[in-house]
Amino acid sequence: MWKTIFRRLLLMIPQIIILSILIFIIADFMPGDPFTGMIDPNIDPAQLEAQREAFGLNDPLIVRYFRWAGNALQGDFGRSFNFQQPVTAVIGGRMGNTIRLSLLSTIFTYGIGLPLGIMAGRYNETVFDKGVLVYNFVSFAIPVFVLALLMVWIFGYNLNWFPSRGSVSISANTTWEIWWSRLYHLLLPSITTAILGTTSIIQFLRSEIIDAKVSDYVKTARSKGVPIQKVYTKHIFRNASLPIASGFGFTIVALFTGSIFIEQIFNFRGMGFLFLQSINTRDYSVIFVLVMFYGLMGLIGTLLSDLILMAVDPRIRID
Amino acid sequence: MATNQDAEAAVLSDDMAASSPPMGIKVIVREFVKDKLALFSLILLITILVTVFIWSFIVDQDQVTQVSLWDSYLPPMSMSEDPFREGTRFILGTDSAGRDIFGLLLIGARNSLLLGWTVTVVTSIIGIVVGILAAYYAGLVDNIIMRIIDFIMIMPQLMIIIIFVTIVPQYNVFTFALILIVFNWHGQARFIRGRALTVGRLDFISASKTMGTPSLVIMLREMMPNISSLIIVNLTLNFAGSIGLETGLSYLGFGLPTGVPSLGTLVSYATNPDILENRAWVWLPASTLILVLVLCINYVGRALQRSADAKQRLG
Repeated sequence: MWKTIFRRLLLMIPQIIILSILIFIIADFMPGDPFTGMIDPNIDPAQLEAQREAFGLNDPLIVRYFRWAGNALQGDFGRSFNFQQPVTAVIGGRMGNTIRLSLLSTIFTYGIGLPLGIMAGRYNETVFDKGVLVYNFVSFAIPVFVLALLMVWIFGYNLNWFPSRGSVSISANTTWEIWWSRLYHLLLPSITTAILGTTSIIQFLRSEIIDAKVSDYVKTARSKGVPIQKVYTKHIFRNASLPIASGFGFTIVALFTGSIFIEQIFNFRGMGFLFLQSINTRDYSVIFVLVMFYGLMGLIGTLLSDLILMAVDPRIRID
Repeated sequence: MATNQDAEAAVLSDDMAASSPPMGIKVIVREFVKDKLALFSLILLITILVTVFIWSFIVDQDQVTQVSLWDSYLPPMSMSEDPFREGTRFILGTDSAGRDIFGLLLIGARNSLLLGWTVTVVTSIIGIVVGILAAYYAGLVDNIIMRIIDFIMIMPQLMIIIIFVTIVPQYNVFTFALILIVFNWHGQARFIRGRALTVGRLDFISASKTMGTPSLVIMLREMMPNISSLIIVNLTLNFAGSIGLETGLSYLGFGLPTGVPSLGTLVSYATNPDILENRAWVWLPASTLILVLVLCINYVGRALQRSADAKQRLG
């Protein structure tokens, strides 16, 4: 197993390098540079040019790439021109928000998805099952931003149950109040994310349980006298949850990446929001690191999923 | 004697007609007759499509996009306050620049549908070609294609598309469609390849190869018809996905260029909290239309999917 992990990690290195080169070239095509915004009649163009020269923006692409890569290997990802801070500090400052949001979303996703999937599979062909199927169909089809907007509009503005934007209220003073306010702000976006995330969990659990109900091992368990409740919790659930386990690697990775649409609509200052902000201010040192980070997370997610599947299902051996 | 035999043959052929399974389009018709909701979705979808396309060609785009500050943010069903357009009634109200929301909705829907359909068809064609090539030649070709697809898959799709949208020098509808196509074909190719691999292993393909049938003929005349039902299903489901992606990007402001209204552009008015809360007529119709379209297309797609698989059929 360790050999597999090691080999997979080695294989990731060329992919990361290719990705970084590609993004570096793309970033080079971006119109304007961090100094474009400073152009105004009172500033001497020659001065700006000197600034560009000083920051090494006029060097050839290859020189800049190797300088960037060399610094990156030492943990220095450059400075954000917009925030006047190191990129790592900017991203680190936002990651906390995103992780909190994703953690709560994940809890809600499994909290809604597991019981609905299990019940729909166990009592399939009932009214409840049909209801779950309708919910599942709608949550699969609806675009993120449409659902999020409707949620904000209905629950945030019209019913006033939840705050509609931001991640913490300004009036919160004590530590306890701040944490409570944070949680309160997280509820609506995380429920929205959860509604969209349950599709595959319900789908897989339901169909696996329906298949398992008539399988031989369940009949054996029943005929030797295992109570029906125990058959479901101990026998069927273990088997039925295998397909869900395969997606768990991506769930873990999604904790760090968040969603551009959700963060934009709820005005929630996390990683996705930072990306949009950086795109609009042409802060390409931040964009570059963000895209690299997301790409890396995608790679790790695939690896984790394979490993988790290997761990929970002894029949699967990946080499 | 002869008449007796004829009669027997007639009975036999009647029997065969009764017992032979329905084929092709008949299966689909049966599925839709059986599933009333699917039939309803199909009718609703066709009604929307016909309305949108006929109306958007009748409606004069210049008249719809005419700016008038007198008419700014008129609520639905109100009359124009502009002395130059007296007597005009705005069924769904107007936006900040006094443009008719209903007209914008129709033109936006037309643009979103056309773009979504173009992207879907082109990515499907690329996906079919690449997928069948990979499945037919297997080995090295398959390996190279799959590595490329794997690489595109690890890239954060939405981010890369947004970056490309901001860096393209001459940004217009064509380049936007091109960007969407470049970052969307891989899913289709993967799907088609998976299905084509199973078809490619069947005996009749090997037999055809031994007989010396040209590769192109095997791929086009033998492999493709066997996955054609999947292609149709995939086309429908991806159409809904493309509409979602385009309107989403337009909502964020990285979609169809300004001057080409999309349903997403109308929804993007909602980024302003005041409009979101107090002037729902500006963005709500577009959001609802996106929702209805996507749900209908998906439901029709599911019905097609069931009719493509004999085990799942209702009819």
